[in-house]
Amino acid sequence: MYEPLYKSLYRIRRVEEEVARIYPTDKLKSPVHLSIGQEAVAAAMCAPLDRHDIVFGTYRSHATYLAKGGDLKAMLAEMYGKGTGCTKGKGGSMHLIDIDAGVMGASAVVGTTIANAVGYAYSVKLKKQSTIVMSFFGDGASEEGVFAESLNFAVLKKLPIIFVCENNGYAIHTHQTKRQGLPDICGRARAAGLPAELIEDNDILTMHERATAAVNALREGTATGPAFFECKTYRWKEHVGPGEDFKLGFRSKSEAQPWIENDQVKRVAALVPAVARKQIEAAVEAEIQEAVAFAENSEFPDLSELTTDVFHTVSTPAAIQKAA
Amino acid sequence: METTLCIDQYTPHKSASSGAAVASPKPERTLSYVDAVREATDQEMDRDASVILFGLDVDDPKAIQGTTRGLVEKYGPERVFGTPLSEDAMTGVAIGAALAGLRPIHVHIRMDFLMLSMNQLVNVAAKSSYMYGGKVKVPLVVRSMIGKSWGQGAQHSQGLYSFFMHVPGLKVVAPTTPYDAKGCLIAAIRDDNPVMYVEHRILHFQKGPVPEKLYTVNPGKARITSPGDDVTLVGISYMQLECLRAQRYLDDVGVSAEVIDPIWLAPLDIDTIVESVRKTGRLVVVDNGWTSCGASAEIVAQVTERLQGVRDVRVQRLGFAPVTCPTSPPLEAEFYPDSRRIAAVCNDLVHGKSQNWYPDERPELKDLEFKGPF
Repeated sequence: MYEPLYKSLYRIRRVEEEVARIYPTDKLKSPVHLSIGQEAVAAAMCAPLDRHDIVFGTYRSHATYLAKGGDLKAMLAEMYGKGTGCTKGKGGSMHLIDIDAGVMGASAVVGTTIANAVGYAYSVKLKKQSTIVMSFFGDGASEEGVFAESLNFAVLKKLPIIFVCENNGYAIHTHQTKRQGLPDICGRARAAGLPAELIEDNDILTMHERATAAVNALREGTATGPAFFECKTYRWKEHVGPGEDFKLGFRSKSEAQPWIENDQVKRVAALVPAVARKQIEAAVEAEIQEAVAFAENSEFPDLSELTTDVFHTVSTPAAIQKAA
Repeated sequence: METTLCIDQYTPHKSASSGAAVASPKPERTLSYVDAVREATDQEMDRDASVILFGLDVDDPKAIQGTTRGLVEKYGPERVFGTPLSEDAMTGVAIGAALAGLRPIHVHIRMDFLMLSMNQLVNVAAKSSYMYGGKVKVPLVVRSMIGKSWGQGAQHSQGLYSFFMHVPGLKVVAPTTPYDAKGCLIAAIRDDNPVMYVEHRILHFQKGPVPEKLYTVNPGKARITSPGDDVTLVGISYMQLECLRAQRYLDDVGVSAEVIDPIWLAPLDIDTIVESVRKTGRLVVVDNGWTSCGASAEIVAQVTERLQGVRDVRVQRLGFAPVTCPTSPPLEAEFYPDSRRIAAVCNDLVHGKSQNWYPDERPELKDLEFKGPF
């Protein structure tokens, strides 16, 4: 169990460190919202999911994309704005998608994909599929109206969805306590009728255990509706970009220090035998090198791509007529 | 009288340009707009199990003026359901369901309520195909209704389709006749892209020929509903009926108006309108909305761009008064363009304002007013 978790964690951490390293060269033509420090949430929650299960994410979704098995080459090429990127250079780092891996996209507008995930889960239930949907969002999203509306509908229709609130304490630079009269996100979920659990301290092993139980309960039918987790975590880097933001004064390095000392990458590394760990690390480093080279060597999209994909072209009048 | 106007639109005529939708033969059967919408939904749900229907009150006893009547009994509460009062999330749910392969029809009994759905419609539905590089599609139909008469007022009367015409990735259709109501809805359901399907409450009362078979009225084709030579008169949604009435008034003074129903506003069949204006040299666009940045502004701009330097063109837009819709009957009447005002404006363009002609009301061309309660 520790080895796959470590691989997932280490891969996310190292990809993002590499992104931060390359960023100043201006080769990455995309705003980057790094999840360094928060990797444990995505790694733990996605671990029990199968490839065909579905996740929806946020603009800070590199970790979700990678933890769910998203293609690294396509991700980096996308951030370079290349035609081989996962959206052909049209979405950028905030709209990563990999349908084959069950990554159904992410939104730059906070809270937006919560409802999309619920709609996907409605389809799953209607079609009597075994798929499980997982919706990732931040603490800020819990203040959007769509959060309350979506939870209500998911409970009403008993949908196979797990909500994961990745609570890093800040919406850009504003702390949760400056935004919420009652900073109790689980309480809001319970009010909507959801079983909700708060997991403190970015604790990857607890998150993994609870996520596994929730996924199994949906698979086995012992749970007949959605579940909710609020996972406390911490963003080490600035809101957007590769640097730190402690100099802005809205938070202190001393606040961050316990989270940095409680680094889940190091914690899980210590649980993996040295030989296996070295193999994992070597494999990830090779994959990253290959992916960076792929992104750098890929071509920018052809200019004709500017006007394609506005509409799904199969729905030309001729095609509709044929269907008739 | 209303029936006459709708049936007239299918009389074949010589001057239809090749780009316009072909006039259909007059079918035997007559249906109301409401029943045409209901039948299209029923037939498509029967044909395709991926079609689902939801929205506030679609399953209640009034069944959205009857447009959804009987469907929950026939297709069950999983495919037909009323929703919580959550337009934002339910639009997001519709998009998520569409991403998963369903074909949702999301119904709003007032177009005004779509303001609560704008984030999902503009930021997700319209953009998903493009921003995900064509990897996903959102086959979604959003039905919404525009109100008029009997004091519907500020927030129950707005024709806001130009908002959606502005955004790449959305299709917009505002059918006028029962025939188009059915054909456009079937086309919208089968379209792999989000379609904003706009109904006008007054049009719900109209009756007209509607074939029983399934057929589509496809995106991007306007229809010349009455041929003419002196002025091109484009009427959107309900204003199409006012334009057809205006055309009757103009007959009295020997002005021949060519009336065009764009049907689909996005994609817009500008070619048919341009060809008509190339002939007439005069264009009046009557919108069921405000003129500023509206559908009428867009049509006039596109025609002017195409014909500048080619043809001297005189243009005029008509639409809602540039105020919030009032409720008192005399103020409300002043707020909307009507057939006599449209006719007078057309005559001014043809003969000059010095004639100062304003037609006396003909009772058979009087508007059918909506009566409460609603």
